[in-house]
Amino acid sequence: MIEIAGLTKRFGPITAVAGIDLAVGKGEVLGFLGPNGAGKSTTMKMVAGYLAPDAGSVRICGHDIESDTLAAQRQIGYLPEGAPAYPDMTPRQFLRFIAEVRALPRDAARQALTDAVANTELEPVLDQPIDTLSKGFKRRVGLAQAILHNPPVLIMDEPTDGLDPNQKHAVRQLIRSMASEKSIIISTHLLEEVEAICSRAVIIDRGRVVADGTPAGLLARSRHHNAVTLMLAAADAERAGATLKTLPEVADVEQLASNGTATLTAYSRNGAVLIDNVIAAASREGWDVKELYAEPGRLDEVFRAVTTSDAARARESRA
Amino acid sequence: MKSVWAIFKREFAAYFATPLAYVFIVIFLFTMGAFTFYIGRFYESDIADLDIFFSYQPWLYLFFIPAIAMRLWAEERRTGTMELLLTLPVPLWATVLGKFLAAWAFTGVALALTFPIWITVNYLGDPDNGVILASYIGSFLMAGAYLSIGACISATTNNQVIAFVVSVVVCFLFTISGAPLVVDFFRAWAPFPLVNAIASFSFLTHFLSIMQGVIDLRDIVFFFSLMALFLAANIVVVDLKRVG
Repeated sequence: MIEIAGLTKRFGPITAVAGIDLAVGKGEVLGFLGPNGAGKSTTMKMVAGYLAPDAGSVRICGHDIESDTLAAQRQIGYLPEGAPAYPDMTPRQFLRFIAEVRALPRDAARQALTDAVANTELEPVLDQPIDTLSKGFKRRVGLAQAILHNPPVLIMDEPTDGLDPNQKHAVRQLIRSMASEKSIIISTHLLEEVEAICSRAVIIDRGRVVADGTPAGLLARSRHHNAVTLMLAAADAERAGATLKTLPEVADVEQLASNGTATLTAYSRNGAVLIDNVIAAASREGWDVKELYAEPGRLDEVFRAVTTSDAARARESRA
Repeated sequence: MKSVWAIFKREFAAYFATPLAYVFIVIFLFTMGAFTFYIGRFYESDIADLDIFFSYQPWLYLFFIPAIAMRLWAEERRTGTMELLLTLPVPLWATVLGKFLAAWAFTGVALALTFPIWITVNYLGDPDNGVILASYIGSFLMAGAYLSIGACISATTNNQVIAFVVSVVVCFLFTISGAPLVVDFFRAWAPFPLVNAIASFSFLTHFLSIMQGVIDLRDIVFFFSLMALFLAANIVVVDLKRVG
């Protein structure tokens, strides 16, 4: 439903987005990741029709965003960065305005407003000026605005930024509940969010896609994928470390010692499953194991491996 | 058209949602009164018409109208709502028109609230109410022309102070282009048609001609085409900013 081809945007000498190709189908929740300044927001602004691309195209449900803008924009619910809303309006007035601009018929508008308010739990603040609302409520006003017309395509720039853990949970629940009938793109800095709600994760860096796959697929690229960590008595540490190194699936073992206990991490070779053999070795040799767990992998590790820091990027573009 | 109405309503309500509208109207009315009665010596003139009242209006508009117009786009840009507004399925011309009409209607309200002076002059004497009506219409059209200039300039920046100052300067040039100060400067060397053309862009010339009580089609066309020109420019400016 969302087709992005060769999307490019330059701001003066800086290329913010350098040829992005993506297709997002119905039922997909695409998590858009990348360091600050990688081009996430710029891409989303072009997809929503706010910025005009220098090259490439965006099609929303078959409508080109540049040549058939209004038809495309009718299919999109868009939450811009920072969830802007008119500060002097109340959420009720604001949502009514959006419904009117989107030309929802009167009855449908009333129903849509009730649903959006229920889904975002805005009821208690419906008649307070948006200006006076907490960050969490402001963000949800923006969300309510985006889902008001039940669009097939949802583009949300950091939908859970500034929310507390309970609110984050509620918003993720909402996104998950809508996922099956929509195409959704969310950008986020929170890697756990990607694991929690996204069916697909795309990492961009310097305006290019550097990783694209399921969250599990990206985790498999992590050094910690299937790694096993044990906490055991310091006395056993030497022996356990030596034994772990002999296991064929173990690539490397790291050891950390602290008063009386030691922590050993065995890294997997080529993503092989270690935990069964580690457990077997532990019981065979009778280690005093306090704690033992396997990890699916660490997204932040993958993220750091494929992206660059903003300072490095800035140095490079000035060089 | 429906979306123009939706944009109009929101924008118009926004003036009254903050103290802006009330402060503006009070100061506008107070200044109008002060100029008419103290500087214009309305009572001492002993003439039952509103010429004095209307003759100060172009000069007061010069400051009041850019103050209304400066927030139209600059504010949206600053708060980020511009992004929201331009990603809603509304044609750009409808957004530009809706916002402009709301600001124009607001100046209409402020202008209409000067009605006590009309009552006063009718109470004191027997003025030509046709001339007064024509002057009100002329004043309203002139306000619209100033506004369209201010709105267009507001779209170029997210800084309201810059929007205000630049608008005042541009509006000033349009106001005085028919005044001797300008015309004499050109008359010395420029060909006659050019001098005429420059002079014909003067708001003062057109407004004064309407103030005579004659609503000439040419004056009406002048103000409306000026508004159309600057609103078209406004659309172009907003669209150019999309390109970045």
